[in-house]
Amino acid sequence: MAVEFLMSVVRLEYRHVTMRFARSDGGGALTALSGVSFGVHDGEVVSLIGPSGCGKSTLLNIGSGLAAPSDGLAFVDGERIEGPNAHVAFMLQKDLLLPWRTVTENVMLGVEIQHVRPAERRLRARRLLDNFNLAEFSGHYPHQLSGGMRQRVALARTLAVDPHVLLLDEPFSAVDAQTRMVLQRDLAQTLSRSRKTALLITHDLLEAVTLSDRVLVMSARPGTIIDEIAIDLPQRDDPIARRREPRVNDYVARLMDRLDIGHAVIEKQATGGAI
Amino acid sequence: MNNDHSGSLIRNGTLASVLLLAVFLAAWQWGPGLFGIPTFIVPPLSMVAREFVHAWQFDHLLFHTSVTVAEVLAGFILGSLVGAFAGYLLGMSPMAEFALSPYILALQIAPKVAFAPLFILWMGFTVYPKILVAILIVFFPVMVNVLTAIRGVDPDLINLARSFKATRAQIFWKIEFPTSMPPMFAGLRIGSTLAVVGVVVGELVGGNMGLGYLLTFGEGQADTPMVFVSIVMLTLVGGIAYLGVILAERRVLHYLPAQTARHNI
Repeated sequence: MAVEFLMSVVRLEYRHVTMRFARSDGGGALTALSGVSFGVHDGEVVSLIGPSGCGKSTLLNIGSGLAAPSDGLAFVDGERIEGPNAHVAFMLQKDLLLPWRTVTENVMLGVEIQHVRPAERRLRARRLLDNFNLAEFSGHYPHQLSGGMRQRVALARTLAVDPHVLLLDEPFSAVDAQTRMVLQRDLAQTLSRSRKTALLITHDLLEAVTLSDRVLVMSARPGTIIDEIAIDLPQRDDPIARRREPRVNDYVARLMDRLDIGHAVIEKQATGGAI
Repeated sequence: MNNDHSGSLIRNGTLASVLLLAVFLAAWQWGPGLFGIPTFIVPPLSMVAREFVHAWQFDHLLFHTSVTVAEVLAGFILGSLVGAFAGYLLGMSPMAEFALSPYILALQIAPKVAFAPLFILWMGFTVYPKILVAILIVFFPVMVNVLTAIRGVDPDLINLARSFKATRAQIFWKIEFPTSMPPMFAGLRIGSTLAVVGVVVGELVGGNMGLGYLLTFGEGQADTPMVFVSIVMLTLVGGIAYLGVILAERRVLHYLPAQTARHNI
């Protein structure tokens, strides 16, 4: 599987990306990312895991054009990212639904901003809502929906602009465990059906293994990529089936080792997080 | 909260309210006589009612009320518009807010009604100084609420719009403006009652029109019932203005959960 990706188009690429922020206490610069390089191929789903504050979300902001790297370059579809662009759309842990818009109107936010024709907007919204079994809620307001439904509406809004690349920042971490499994399956099916490329940030190792073709492990700040694990499992479009695969546990165990879970994290907290 | 519970709450609450009103009106009618309070201090209800009819027929009560209503409306609408506009402007420009905040604070602390005599010096015994006082007084609650709302917009929402390549104008009209609606209506509700205060003070200070004028006229004549009539009418004007805002708010903020909406009243 990995070989096949090597030959296909690179949709999203980071080249020696370094990100420095001014410290809030004024004491010089804080390096969040240091020389990060990787690419995501067409149709591939890659997960990023790593300790809190390792710059995962910063990578996502750079990919969506909301932040510019201090050093290095980022590309989407071979074009250098210099600002928000139509090839990329992101989704966060927060659903960010607008309370004054109905479900349909929320799904149409992006296409409306991009001046897609009204008939086409409605068509896309209806198709997506049908896909996510939300058709009967199209006229509802966000406060009338459950957390899982809201997150599905947010995913529909992200897909409505028909991006090549989806950037997902812990999209399901705020919903309960059972709903999360269903949402993961919906996402996986949508991604494989539409052959979308996705970069997924998660803290959930099982989620990373069951949803991805590849998992990138990042170090603590300044974040660098310390390992890359190809997930050689069938059925990427069905994470619930993948969960039953015994080999999933081996991958999770390997990720736990790479992240030093159980050792370093606890010690770091005890010493005030200074590294 | 279940429906049965809130249903009985509304029923019993309304009943208690009506009962309280009856007790109050009865106390007003017979209380003064019972305690030997002279009618020029507290005229009983029936006397005020008679005075109301008399004022309607011979003292142009309707005309004076209309003048006050027009001034309140003009002051409220202009004050809200200017307040909202300033709120958006300052909300979007931290520099401007930083530079102007001491002056805004000073103007906010200064009692606005104290400007009434000054405005009358400037503009004479017309309706304009009254409207101006109302504008000044309505301006602040609306501006402050809009400003705070614009400041409080979730930056992730702005980023979401930006990621869709939204222009500055689109971010304003699709995100910031609708976000500011609930706090703006809170400001408008305060403003609607304050507008009446501004107008009345203006009318008290000078002029020959409006309920405030009728109030001073009644006072000059030691006509206590007329003073009472004026106060009742002013309360009515303020109440209707407040109700108007509430109704508009219900239409505009229809998407809010019902519980929050009811809470606001």
